[in-house]
Amino acid sequence: MNNADKQVVLEAHGISKHFPGVIANNNVDLTLHKGEILALLGENGAGKSTLMNVLYGLYHPTEGEIWIKGEKVHLQSPRDAIDHGIGMVHQHFQLVPVMTVAENVILGSEVTTAGGRLNMRQAARQVNELSQKYGLAVDPSAMIEDLPVGIQQRVEIIKALYRQADILILDEPTAVLTPQEANELFHIMRELTAQGVSIIFITHKLKEVLAVADQIAVLRRGEMVGTVLPSEATEASLAEMMVGRNVILQVEKSAAHPGDVILKVEDLAVLDDRKTSVVNGVSLEVRAGEVLGIAGVQGNGQRELVEALTGIRSVASGHFFIQGHDATHYTPRQITMLEVAHIPEDREKHGLVMAYPIEDNTVLNQYYVQPYSHNSIVDRGAIRSHANALVKEFDVRTSSVTALASTLSGGNKQKVIVAREFSKPVKLLIAAQPTRGIDVGSIEFIHKQIIKQRDNGVAVLLVSAELDEIMSLSDRIAVMFEGHIMATLPIAEATREKLGLLMAGSHS
Amino acid sequence: MTSNVALANNRSWLDFLRKTGVWVGILVVVAAIYGYTTEPQVTTSMLASTLRQSTPLVLGALCGLLGERSGVINIGIEGQMLLSAFVGFLANVYTGNLFIAVAAGVLTGALLGGLLAFMSVTLKMDQIIGGTVINILALGLTGFFYQTGLTTQGKLQPIALGPLADLPLVGPVLFENPPITYLAIILVFIMHYMLFYTRWGLRTRAIGEHPRAADTVGINVNRMRYINVSIAGGIAGLAGAFLTLEAVGSFERAMTNGRGFVALAVMIFGKYMPFGVWGSALLFGFATALQTQLQFSGTIQIPHQFIGMLPYVLTIVVLAGFVGRTRPPAAEGQPYETE
Repeated sequence: MNNADKQVVLEAHGISKHFPGVIANNNVDLTLHKGEILALLGENGAGKSTLMNVLYGLYHPTEGEIWIKGEKVHLQSPRDAIDHGIGMVHQHFQLVPVMTVAENVILGSEVTTAGGRLNMRQAARQVNELSQKYGLAVDPSAMIEDLPVGIQQRVEIIKALYRQADILILDEPTAVLTPQEANELFHIMRELTAQGVSIIFITHKLKEVLAVADQIAVLRRGEMVGTVLPSEATEASLAEMMVGRNVILQVEKSAAHPGDVILKVEDLAVLDDRKTSVVNGVSLEVRAGEVLGIAGVQGNGQRELVEALTGIRSVASGHFFIQGHDATHYTPRQITMLEVAHIPEDREKHGLVMAYPIEDNTVLNQYYVQPYSHNSIVDRGAIRSHANALVKEFDVRTSSVTALASTLSGGNKQKVIVAREFSKPVKLLIAAQPTRGIDVGSIEFIHKQIIKQRDNGVAVLLVSAELDEIMSLSDRIAVMFEGHIMATLPIAEATREKLGLLMAGSHS
Repeated sequence: MTSNVALANNRSWLDFLRKTGVWVGILVVVAAIYGYTTEPQVTTSMLASTLRQSTPLVLGALCGLLGERSGVINIGIEGQMLLSAFVGFLANVYTGNLFIAVAAGVLTGALLGGLLAFMSVTLKMDQIIGGTVINILALGLTGFFYQTGLTTQGKLQPIALGPLADLPLVGPVLFENPPITYLAIILVFIMHYMLFYTRWGLRTRAIGEHPRAADTVGINVNRMRYINVSIAGGIAGLAGAFLTLEAVGSFERAMTNGRGFVALAVMIFGKYMPFGVWGSALLFGFATALQTQLQFSGTIQIPHQFIGMLPYVLTIVVLAGFVGRTRPPAAEGQPYETE
């Protein structure tokens, strides 16, 4: 594909955007040609979303110019961007759940009859026309809250097309999709570009970029690193551009030297919120200095198992022992006091207090002991210096430790949790989905931390839905299916095929 | 005419109506006919009184509904009504004109609505505190400037709607009312139409449910909240004008007597729907009318203090037991912040 022949539809020159304490974009150039898919690649916090919000008029750039179809524009608001043919599908869908598809599509650009009455028939007809033209099947009268996320995303695309967008910005569109839904989306994207729509596709997933993009632009720390063609790139070369150094996608680790049994689970049964038994007689052991990975399709009792072992959920029957103590009915704090670290599955709900500053989040597991508290009075100075040291050591990208946890990107949130959990002596680490939805650099960092802990003699229980992650980190792998441990394999014997069969409940 | 889309909006309301409305409606009609055949005068006055008592509640609840649908909780309805009642009253005392007086009341309510919008949208204050400020402000101002002995020059008089007013039972109850009572009923229909069939309504519901979605398609969320909360205040002002200029003809301290808060209960029981609000306001109006009737008839030997509790007990019972699951607008109470 020769881009020189193609018309340039959007050009950004020297875009800079400064926030107090942070330079989110620094002198960024970007060129989009008609009918092309431009992938914008970068780690979390690299400034991708900021750049797109500038192009969509949500932010005003500190410096720089934007040209659309040969015309210099000043985008004051989304309205301006829409008028210039830019449509954006946000990472978090901007749809009103209790309204219908058609209502959401026309919102803000309503069709009305002479008397000012909404013309919902015409709206439905227009939605149908668009969905036929671009192969985006939706029912205009369906309520948004009843639709699966993949369909909601189509509604977002139709919403942009209804506003005559011919430049479409898709912000991390695959983050919420299953692999099948993602494939459908790629199909739709190609259909759109074939009909003259130009697409900016934001992501940090390397495989997708190589599969779907015509051009790849890479952002790192707010600066444009370069633009490459997919034919000239590999996953490794892209990862290097994103992170700025060689990224080892494979985790390097030496052989394990298992020691004493730290966690012993005996015939444990746990109920879920609907009082049905989802963990049915699980027994396992984790020794010091080894990683036991729990593989399995999500929803087979892994979450409840972790919650029981960390004291969040009560145990129906059976026992578990941590360092020889029967901790079956311990409170979360008693379990923490047994030198247990926990990286919870839902970092925003259970990992951090979003409305607290970062510094307070770094002491959630030990604010009540010396040196952070003296006789129940909190020592702010000690907490702050502790937080500053952790932020530095774990490379958390933030303007200040007094910033709220909610302001951090996903990868940085996870780093704060990991930093907190490892900032006191650890004998047992329970990590659930530790790298879900975070960027390559952070994944690599967290993987290294987990292996480092193992090598220091920590027993690690790792629960993950990513088979790659389980296979690269674990020394032994237990497969969970319908609340049972199907089998436990040493890493040397575990192949994808074997694990896949066990995860589907087959014994063979 | 009604498209699927509009129907879908009213889904919860229609379900609600189907489940309860039909039976309640039949019951009411049967009871009214039975009452009319045995005690025509008492029945007529009871029903007329129900409608009158419900008027300030309908208006107050429409004020709350419009605010919450736009994402702003208004617990200052009581204060908006009270100060509007007072200003409307004074305007009449000094000008002698009823129309100017009503307009003054509405304007006062709208200004207080603007104040609430300023506190909750611009200052991003907690909206409960903002509403409380208005309630205390109104109580203080009216108490301070209150003079005894003033009365209005005339009251808004019933208007008989021609031959309709001569119908038995229905005539005197429905077609021989003073203007604000008619206006309240008309406003129920207007509000329903505006909310569910117009551009303004679609946008209003959007900013109350998901303001960011509205913002990203170019709707000015904060400006709309200002406008809607001010209009809502004007409706509460009309309720205030009703109290002094249509119902009583004079002003008393704290004469709203909790109606602004009952209106909130009415709004919730009405499931944030104009017709639902109307139905539940009639129920509360009936409780008040019944209370008055029981006190005057003297046939039942219960201390009047207990009978007087009836509407308030009903509020508690309804809110605690019969509301079921209502779903308030998702973004109510949250100031909208652009990122």
